[in-house]
Amino acid sequence: MLNDTAPLLSVVPSGAADTKPSVLSVSVEDHRYHPLQQTLAPSALELKKGEVVSIIGPSGCGKSTFLRIAAGLIEASSGKISSTTDRTAILFQEHRLLPWKSLLNNISFGLQGQKLSKFQRMKKARAVAYAMGFTEDDLIKYPSELSGGMRQRGALARALAVEPDLLFLDEPFSALDIGRRRDLYRLVLHEVDEKQCSVLMVTHDVTEALALSDRVLVMAPDPGHFAKEYEVPLARSERTRRNLLELEASLLADDRIAQLFNMSNWEQLV
Amino acid sequence: MIHHMLSTLLSKLWSGWGTLAGVFLIFALWQVGFEAFGSLVLPAPLEALSRLVDLVALPSGLEYILITAKRAFAGFLLASAFGIFFGLIAGWSNTLSLLCKPFITVALGVPPIAWIVLALLWFGGDDGTPIFTVFISTIPLIFAGALQGVRMREKELDEMAQSFHVPPVQRFWQVQAPQIVSYLFPAWATALGLSWKVVVMAELLSSTRGIGAGLAEARVNIDTASTMAWIVVVVGLLLVIEGMLLNPVKDYVEGWKHAE
Repeated sequence: MLNDTAPLLSVVPSGAADTKPSVLSVSVEDHRYHPLQQTLAPSALELKKGEVVSIIGPSGCGKSTFLRIAAGLIEASSGKISSTTDRTAILFQEHRLLPWKSLLNNISFGLQGQKLSKFQRMKKARAVAYAMGFTEDDLIKYPSELSGGMRQRGALARALAVEPDLLFLDEPFSALDIGRRRDLYRLVLHEVDEKQCSVLMVTHDVTEALALSDRVLVMAPDPGHFAKEYEVPLARSERTRRNLLELEASLLADDRIAQLFNMSNWEQLV
Repeated sequence: MIHHMLSTLLSKLWSGWGTLAGVFLIFALWQVGFEAFGSLVLPAPLEALSRLVDLVALPSGLEYILITAKRAFAGFLLASAFGIFFGLIAGWSNTLSLLCKPFITVALGVPPIAWIVLALLWFGGDDGTPIFTVFISTIPLIFAGALQGVRMREKELDEMAQSFHVPPVQRFWQVQAPQIVSYLFPAWATALGLSWKVVVMAELLSSTRGIGAGLAEARVNIDTASTMAWIVVVVGLLLVIEGMLLNPVKDYVEGWKHAE
């Protein structure tokens, strides 16, 4: 049995986010993959240093597209992005490790974007890998020899090895079981607390968003736009499974949002 | 570690046994054929093998083999260089890939024998004809392999590399090249086998030297023992190339696929 009163995540709160400088500001005017179909309506977002912001919304609402634009992977049809850092990393839904490289070489792969010698890259990758609980034996394995949870942890190690000021998460936890998932939550939040890393996360899991974020943005589809912004009232250290349920209830109490997730009468399971 | 090395060695030896068993089975069936049909249809394997020893012992026999090998490799290497180069370029462009499709179909559809006739008219009876024929009949395979490799690569991995600002050269060698190779390699191996067959055919019709010319002589003399001896040479060399060149390269480039 889980102890209901135990903190879900033992993490120090990130403090008053209001006074922190902005790290990323995204303002999308319009985005289309197809000229006749608008994927994103005007939607804007500002991310402060050390802040964790989640975008939630039903599947296909455009939240992943917004994240891709924010991360600079694609360019908005019309819009502006300004970021104070170029140390960014993205964690994708799939691990995207290179199957022909050992875990250690996969973790050091992302460091090639920085001006480091091969020796420095390996040293750094090794340090990050050990910090994340990998053993010497794991490091020489190919991704196909690792379990699903270890692969995603390897992908997180690759992302954190570049010491990002800005971390983008594109539903990276959705394929993991609850225990593996919490391990990764802790690793990400540790980075947020220790290094003031900012996180922009996309998820369709409302509970996950409420557990991790300072702010939750709800995106509605056709075309994608932010329908609601919700500041999570509790500090992260005070959040437990029980009061997260209450937070979820208060968020879904808004009829528009409950409808968005097809969750009218959400308290009924089936 | 030692255990690992020992097990790879054992599995190598084991696959060697398999090949050897297959070869002996073929010789056994050959012997059965000889006993059933007589030496004009199929000479005794031992007779063909002793003829083979005679042929290789002659200075011209070894020379024939070397000439054929040189022609096959020249055509094959030219086809590899051009095929891979243009295949990579075409693969990166949607328009070019679409435009190339009919060309590949046509080039694969023209029988090598037709190329030999054309090549004879263009290059005459020298090295040019077999080299060109090998080149022109293998290049569509290699080109298509390289093109497919570029087209079928996982865009997600490109996106991942882009997200880390990995420079284009490293991105090519570490992310794209391994995927391209996994498409290219089977095509490349097929092309190598094809180049052996085609070079002998081209020589038979066009050349006065080389294994194909040796076969042509054997035909004129109705000498089945020499014919079979030359066939053993061609097939034997193909087996050697596969074991000494293709398999080690394959193990090297696809080693990660066989991780336990």
